Amino acid sequence: MKIMMTGNYASAYGAMAAKAEVVAAYPITPQTSIVEKIATLVSSGEMKCQYVKVESEHSAMAACISASQTGARAYTASSAHGLTLMHELLIWASGARTPVVMSNVNRAMGPPWSVWADQHDTMAQRDTGWMQVYCDSNQEVLDSIIMAYKVGERADIMLPSMIIEDAFILSHTMEPVDYPDPELVEGYLPSFDPRFRLDVDEPYGFGSLVMPNWYMEFRFKINEAMEKTRGAILEAEKEFEETFGRSYGGLMDFYKCEDADAVLVLAGTVASTAKHVADKLRSDGKKVGVARLRCFRPFPYDEVRQLAKMTNIIGVCDRSYTFGHWGPMATEVKGALYGLADVPTVKNYIMGLGGKDLTPEVLEKVFVKTLQLKDTGLDTEIEWIGVTGHGGW
Amino acid sequence: MSREELKKEFKTFEDLPLTPITSVPSSANQTGGWKTFRPVLDKEKCIKCHICWKFCPDVSIKAKEDEFPEFDYDHCKGCGICAYECPKDAIEMILEEESQ
Amino acid sequence: MNSGHVGCLGCGACHAMRYTLKALGPRTIMSIPACCWAVMPGVFPLKCLEIPLLNTAFETTGASISGIRAALDAKGIEDVTVVGFAGDGGTADIGIQALSGMVERGTDVMYIMYDNEAYMNTGIQRSSSTPIGAWTTTTPVGTTRDWKKMPKKNMIEIMVAHKIPYTASISVGYPEDMIKKLRKAKEIRGPKFIQIYAPCPTGWRMAPELTIEVCREAVACAAYPLYEVENGVYKITRKPKELKPVKDYMAMQGRFRHLPQEELDDIQRKVTQEWEILLKKEEFTQSLVSE
Repeated sequence: MKIMMTGNYASAYGAMAAKAEVVAAYPITPQTSIVEKIATLVSSGEMKCQYVKVESEHSAMAACISASQTGARAYTASSAHGLTLMHELLIWASGARTPVVMSNVNRAMGPPWSVWADQHDTMAQRDTGWMQVYCDSNQEVLDSIIMAYKVGERADIMLPSMIIEDAFILSHTMEPVDYPDPELVEGYLPSFDPRFRLDVDEPYGFGSLVMPNWYMEFRFKINEAMEKTRGAILEAEKEFEETFGRSYGGLMDFYKCEDADAVLVLAGTVASTAKHVADKLRSDGKKVGVARLRCFRPFPYDEVRQLAKMTNIIGVCDRSYTFGHWGPMATEVKGALYGLADVPTVKNYIMGLGGKDLTPEVLEKVFVKTLQLKDTGLDTEIEWIGVTGHGGW
Repeated sequence: MSREELKKEFKTFEDLPLTPITSVPSSANQTGGWKTFRPVLDKEKCIKCHICWKFCPDVSIKAKEDEFPEFDYDHCKGCGICAYECPKDAIEMILEEESQ
Repeated sequence: MNSGHVGCLGCGACHAMRYTLKALGPRTIMSIPACCWAVMPGVFPLKCLEIPLLNTAFETTGASISGIRAALDAKGIEDVTVVGFAGDGGTADIGIQALSGMVERGTDVMYIMYDNEAYMNTGIQRSSSTPIGAWTTTTPVGTTRDWKKMPKKNMIEIMVAHKIPYTASISVGYPEDMIKKLRKAKEIRGPKFIQIYAPCPTGWRMAPELTIEVCREAVACAAYPLYEVENGVYKITRKPKELKPVKDYMAMQGRFRHLPQEELDDIQRKVTQEWEILLKKEEFTQSLVSE
């Protein structure tokens, strides 16, 4: 059934389609319409879940973790300051092996206050042990929530995921979205049934003190599970395509990269804009491509190395930053290429922070800059794009 | 992993459950070695009121109805609450070394 | 509860747990944040409690039990008691937000704060529940007389202000009263807050065998009155005919050893006044009901 809906509504409908049993969430711009929509769906009886209107994001994650440990499928949503407030518990959720799914609306961090799109909030959580999926359409948002439970709830994985959408560009923009047939979803995603849970008939203690002799082994097990997610995500997507007819390119989606002279690596909605620009440039005879980074965790090493075989110049576009170093995506792309015999030139662009608009004109300039490196070689490792008064902007 | 599969002996990381799931009763930890003093019961004075059992923080006194309380010296830490609370002064705390 | 836990000699929190479990029974799920009881069951894979136990982050107890209850409701499981068992630090300080939210939402859970009057697990640092005049490692006496100057935060009154259906203070020195109030609370639907006076010989600088005696002294001088408030109506459950002087209670504990006479007099005045106010509250709220 096709409905016109915003990315936020797609998140709410995704949670409903996946039959989340406990939702604990706290409002924050620009995620508010997710929690409001869920409230409407619950009050109309369409969504059957326990909705806990917690008093902070930290409590939202705490309630989701304990609900998951009691055996319920848990969902929450947040953004920027809410997400970063949860940081302690994001690490807890993966440590406790609770497959919570969270929608995060990528919003810039203050100060200065900003409500617009920027990926710093989620990039800063990359060490927490959560899978991260960056979406570039509302349909992908809805579908990825269902797939996230499918992957996360596997007994050999049991890890949480965040499904990420850009502030306002996806969260508040309407697109036609297919709400999947509940019967098909039921066949694709079985109910959550963890082996160990809080159960008075089979009492255990969870999360106790562990001495140095075993702590690292528990962390190693998380590492093993995260490594398994690479294959699990691809399997889940394959089955999704067979059931619903849609797929998104796995961990990294390649668009016209095979013979490209230069490829831009991007995540989020900027990647779709880049694809349009790439088409235009291709029609002008310029061979460019777009590699959309869909999963940042697990990091797609293999796909990046594949990309290195397709092209000699890669421009990694970070919509975030790490002061004192290159942007997070660029750092990790370069890391994945280390040790290869033929390493492409990699340049890092920092762009679009605080919602600074990434228009086709801006992206065309970036493509052109990147193509020029073929003749000039790498001019600078990192370039900030669009800063008024800097670098010609 | 069933309850039985939750191993008590861990040799490798594979023996561990997903997260620290505890299932072995803590009585396996014999805290009796902590004590400096141990309680000794004078059965002549004891009236079997079981107030000692009531106030033992370490669950180290067994008290069946109408029977003398028994001290679990493997776990008793020698805090002395039982001796202090006994209404008949029937419990004496003596130095652990002397009792050996 | 099993033996073999690693609580200190004479630990009052042990009694708190032992009697809580006796009162609530096996169909109980318990959530414990960072506190003495997070460590007392011992190291993995040992467990001290025979009920399901969830260890959680320090400030999350109120939210954690809300999540457990929501999950049980989602599964249609109705006959399980959900209990949060936290220390005074994790309740009155860092955990107060989650507790307040939990109560305000009317969550059907029990929150138990075992009060040893400081952050004992991390080594006796002051909490808002530390009484006035006490030495702690962060309110050492020194030459600047830096003992705790601010009064103890009254969590029961804070809960009454939330219009909680039931809140009570209990003490490990009075196990029958403990069990009675806990079982009463268990039968009430909605949020319940129980504060347990749990002396800590290590942190209070007293001999371990005095744990139960100090409970009696606390009630006898009204330093720690035992009362319950049900839907706003106060009932003092242990009324000494005549209050003993507070200094007798304080003399038992090394943490008050440094206090000069003028401070002791001031504390006595405050304790007497608080007791008078409590008596009046009981009288007044009960008169509203009988009208």
